[in-house]
Amino acid sequence: MMDTSNVPTGPRENPELEEISPPMTVVGPVAWLRANLFSSPFNTLLTILAVLFLAWVVPPFIRWAFIDATWTFPQEVIEGVRGPNRGDCTASGACWIFIQARIGQFLFGFYPADERWRVVLVFILTFGAVTGMLIERIPFKKQNAIFLFLILPILSFWLLLGGLGLEVVSTRLWGGFMLTLVIACVGIVLALPLGILLALGRRSDLPVVHLLSVMLIEFVRGVPLITVLFMANVMLPLFLPPGTTIDPLLRILVGFTVFTAAYLAEVVRGGLQAIGRGQYEGAASLGLGYWSMMRLIILPQALRISIPAIVNTINGAFMDTTLVAVVGLYDFLNIVRTGSRDANWIGTEIDGFVFCAAIYWICCYGMSRYSISLERKLDTGHKKR
Amino acid sequence: MSASATAQALPTEVQSTDVMISMTDVHKWYGQFHVLKNINLSVHKGERIVVCGPSGSGKSTMIRCVNRLEEHQRGKIAVDGIELTRDLKNIELVRREVGMVFQHFNLFPHLTVLENLTLAPVWVRKLPKKEAEDAAMHYLDRVRIPEQASKYPGQLSGGQQQRVAIARSLCMNPKVMLFDEPTSALDPEMIKEVLDVMIELARSGMTMICVTHEMGFARTVANRVLFMDRGEIIEQNEPEAFFNNPQSERTKLFLSQILHH
Repeated sequence: MMDTSNVPTGPRENPELEEISPPMTVVGPVAWLRANLFSSPFNTLLTILAVLFLAWVVPPFIRWAFIDATWTFPQEVIEGVRGPNRGDCTASGACWIFIQARIGQFLFGFYPADERWRVVLVFILTFGAVTGMLIERIPFKKQNAIFLFLILPILSFWLLLGGLGLEVVSTRLWGGFMLTLVIACVGIVLALPLGILLALGRRSDLPVVHLLSVMLIEFVRGVPLITVLFMANVMLPLFLPPGTTIDPLLRILVGFTVFTAAYLAEVVRGGLQAIGRGQYEGAASLGLGYWSMMRLIILPQALRISIPAIVNTINGAFMDTTLVAVVGLYDFLNIVRTGSRDANWIGTEIDGFVFCAAIYWICCYGMSRYSISLERKLDTGHKKR
Repeated sequence: MSASATAQALPTEVQSTDVMISMTDVHKWYGQFHVLKNINLSVHKGERIVVCGPSGSGKSTMIRCVNRLEEHQRGKIAVDGIELTRDLKNIELVRREVGMVFQHFNLFPHLTVLENLTLAPVWVRKLPKKEAEDAAMHYLDRVRIPEQASKYPGQLSGGQQQRVAIARSLCMNPKVMLFDEPTSALDPEMIKEVLDVMIELARSGMTMICVTHEMGFARTVANRVLFMDRGEIIEQNEPEAFFNNPQSERTKLFLSQILHH
């Protein structure tokens, strides 16, 4: 006869049953290892290969970059008897005194040493204002935005370029990390709105607007950035009345901005396509006009979807600033490479590259982390209709 | 049906003689396909019209022409005396006065319920934010979900979302409400809560055109029931007469299909 004593007949009334913690095979470090690293023979193989690879690469790098590296100048250099050179790096590892000796140039290019405080001031103001915008808890967002987008550009322009009581510093002297940041910030800040307009233009019903947007986007995307930069450098002056000269940096900024905008336009267009017709109809049925509809309903959603791709494009654009070297500008990478070609520092290319890579990585990783947190914050967690 | 249990039929005679919507000889084509054929309809102030008919008969297209989500290619449509032409100004003026509720709600998922409700009053009607919020809370009360004001649409059930959508339209103080199959996307247990809100709205004297398959609702609320098939208005009558004594064969066939399934 069947034992029915264990078969529940009515509502279960033992509350303890619901509070049992899961077995050790489900939670805990061992379970985690099993689930994530050794879940199948193939996964186990990958885990072992990855561990071997790390063991092969990481310890030598740490030895080179930290343990065997030269961090300090020799006594004579500190006392000012002579300048430092590659020969002072006697250890087998990295030669970090190369970076220390040249750091001013790497950061500011040929910007006069006595005027570098202006660059530092611009950097601090920008960094402060951007941080204020990005971190949600900090108040005064509106005032901050006005400062960041209206006052700061004018102030920075004056501080960096000079005039009105400050010594004029020609853009030919700008260089290093400062130049990289100027090109990246100006380019990206201008390219984003331009890219959004191009994306809207490409989806426009107005044939002229549509055609112009498509032509610009497809032309710029069909050409390498180097070509755009060369063209901006050489051809832009041809379109202007003879006799007018434009600052070489300005030409590059125009080319860089248009190039980045074309790519952002396609990214934003992708986001716009993901917004269903219902959103347009919902907004239209309330009497919203085209621009209000775009600004309040469509773009906030389209841009949120596009955040990963936008940040990807911006990251790429930040890296692409190194290409301005081909038209003779000394951006961060170019000036570090030039530094290691100095007769005193022959043999420091790798040290220079590693230093550059570390700085670029910090910047880009920071951007990508912020974009992830932004995505989480803006995620109202729900599918669109 | 679900609605008839909750409310007594509203009076069918219309008090006002003001014409709110007039459609004269309206035609529309999708390419070669003739979707609306010779539509003539005038809706008086305070009138409640239910449009029914098989799918693809042009019901939705017809009411979407009223706020020009669809363009008509021949004939004349005027709402509260404003004629709908290519003129964007007129279109926006009409849309302010005409609320619309969609099958799929079309709430804005990136905004809270309250923000959904205040957006148009603030940006289109230029109401101060505080005033718009007070009005929004009033309408949320009316659709019986004031406690959901700070949630996002995705956190609500379908029935709640549709009630928010109705409140969103009401916040613009429309003169006409259009309902495009408002309960078709809802789970059965949520249909009643939406219909109840619509019945209450009908009681308050709102001019309404509803495309719906809820025949109980039609009986309770409508002054006039329209039957459409293949882009034409085949028959229209008071609900009693329409349901008990349909004239055309197509109407009889349609009614027999939906009432005895």
